Amino acid sequence: MSTKTPNQKAWWLVLPVVVLVAFNAVLPLMTVVNYSVQETFGENVFFFEGVKWFEQILHSKRFHESLQRQLLYTAIVLAIEVPLGVAIALAMPRRGPWVSVCLVLMAMPLLIPWNVVGAMWNIIALPDIGLLGRTLNAMGIEYNFTRQPFAAWSTLIAMDVWHWTSLVVLLAYAGLSAIPDAYYQAAKIDGASRWAVFKFIQLPKMRRVLTIAILLRFMDSFMIYTEAIVVTGGGPGNSTTLLSIDLVKIALGQFDLGPAAAMSLIYFLIILLLSWVFYTVMTRDEAN
Amino acid sequence: MARVRLANLRHSYRPQPQNDADWAVKRLDLEWANGSANALLGPSGCGKTTLLNIISGLLRPTEGAVQFDQRDVTALPPDERNIAQVFQFPVVYDTMTVYENLAFPLRNRHMAPGAVDRRVREIASLLDLGPMLEQRAAGLTADGKQKISLGRGLVREDVNVIMFDEPLTVIDPHLKWRLRGKLKELHQRVGTTMIYVTHDQTEALTFADQVIVMNEGTVVQAGTPVELFERPRHTFVGHFIGSPGMNVLPATFVDGVARFAGHPVALASMPKPPASAKRLELGVRPEFVHFDTDGIPVKVVRVRDGGRYRIVETECDAVTIRLLVGEGQQLPRNTAHLRFDPQFTQLYADGWIAS
Repeated sequence: MSTKTPNQKAWWLVLPVVVLVAFNAVLPLMTVVNYSVQETFGENVFFFEGVKWFEQILHSKRFHESLQRQLLYTAIVLAIEVPLGVAIALAMPRRGPWVSVCLVLMAMPLLIPWNVVGAMWNIIALPDIGLLGRTLNAMGIEYNFTRQPFAAWSTLIAMDVWHWTSLVVLLAYAGLSAIPDAYYQAAKIDGASRWAVFKFIQLPKMRRVLTIAILLRFMDSFMIYTEAIVVTGGGPGNSTTLLSIDLVKIALGQFDLGPAAAMSLIYFLIILLLSWVFYTVMTRDEAN
Repeated sequence: MARVRLANLRHSYRPQPQNDADWAVKRLDLEWANGSANALLGPSGCGKTTLLNIISGLLRPTEGAVQFDQRDVTALPPDERNIAQVFQFPVVYDTMTVYENLAFPLRNRHMAPGAVDRRVREIASLLDLGPMLEQRAAGLTADGKQKISLGRGLVREDVNVIMFDEPLTVIDPHLKWRLRGKLKELHQRVGTTMIYVTHDQTEALTFADQVIVMNEGTVVQAGTPVELFERPRHTFVGHFIGSPGMNVLPATFVDGVARFAGHPVALASMPKPPASAKRLELGVRPEFVHFDTDGIPVKVVRVRDGGRYRIVETECDAVTIRLLVGEGQQLPRNTAHLRFDPQFTQLYADGWIAS
């Protein structure tokens, strides 16, 4: 054991970070906590309400519906983007001049601002003048995302897949590139099939990066706001009103700060809980 | 089991090799006898791994053919050549148990479950993997994992040849000794043709009956460990094998007498160096240099302890000559005379033996 006198001065080095985090995370969060237990009137008059707003939100049909829509949306997005991303990464060249071309093409959608992505897809999907919308209608498929819930959902999911599959591709590709050639050579000599190579070499070696990819895609898609509000605005009706859209409606549309704050906290806890579940399940095998 | 032959082969990693330096393996013709234990020895980058990958089929040679017995296998992929290879770094299938790892090559070839089980347990006990058969392979130490790799290489009985690519690099020194002995013992038991690639002379000389020394893409010498030691065909072999390496001294050869710094040096056989030779050298291993009452006059410069013997560094005409002196033997001070064993002293012309 060392008998050194601990030097406490190092704490001062951490101070700037503590201040920064306090201002951009802790203080806003505490403000929300503060709102969530009070009734707000004009001119900054507050009444303490305890857990009333939490009870109200948890029992509200509207919240249940938004949450269900959100869970369905995220589930569909993950179910498409993760396998598709892995498949594209597997198909990409491992070396040669095409590697950088592929990587740049893949990274492109990730570099476009979210509201621009929304605007692009809004325009391309317009049934009367948009390339996609017009083509579909010309082919005899009735398509109008401002009137049909199914069309609205399809458009949102297609947009999300277009925008974010690249992230999974890049992470999976990084994982694949880290596999030494000897593994493939050994598999060849062992007489392994293509499927066995994927199952026993590529997938296990991609595990860590896929964990990160799934977590990021889960969190981001669960919090999606900008793209969806630009394309559908939550409609038609409430059919694409996802959790974040609903939250903004309550907070800024109706100015119900108390219920909105309570809902934010519940929303936050759901994300935290699900992320933890994902992480634990996916890293479970590594521990033993 | 098979006789392995590389016929008139050379290989380049460039699509259009222009000059000599573009060839990773220069033209060679090699043959390994059926059931022999062989080593390919050479420094990093000498082309030994390239040669190994050509035999296993991971690489296709630019020119020439690979033959197993009479069959030309040059165009066959690795899985159709029926060979086994153990790599430098452990390759294990992380999600499988040790047992499944060992069974993998057999199951891929649709062997009956009972036979698989028997064979896996046999190999496991050979490598002391028995107690961990049901463990996940991912949790093992580096040498445990390498033992699995070795096991997967050895588990198939009918292979033509087993190749080892510096397999003991990641193994702890004390285990290296045991595994080296194990491999040797294993070869005697299974009798498969084995080729062992390494840059470690001890590994090569203990494992193999026949050692091929490579340097810069060419075969410098092929022979038994004793031949490599007593009669290196090239000064490179003299340097590379032995610790310390062979003394290489600038020499002249006039009227049938070899001289070093003006002093005549006796040779067992009459050398015939080519007239065109630019550089003549005498090579003699430290083991075959002795102190004597007369001979080459030298100055004793330094004495190092080498365990059971001492390495004495002497100097004559600013050229260092090393010799080994046994423990307890009297060492001369300052000046002395050296005598070389004529039988183990060779003349080299431009690096190649001329004796």
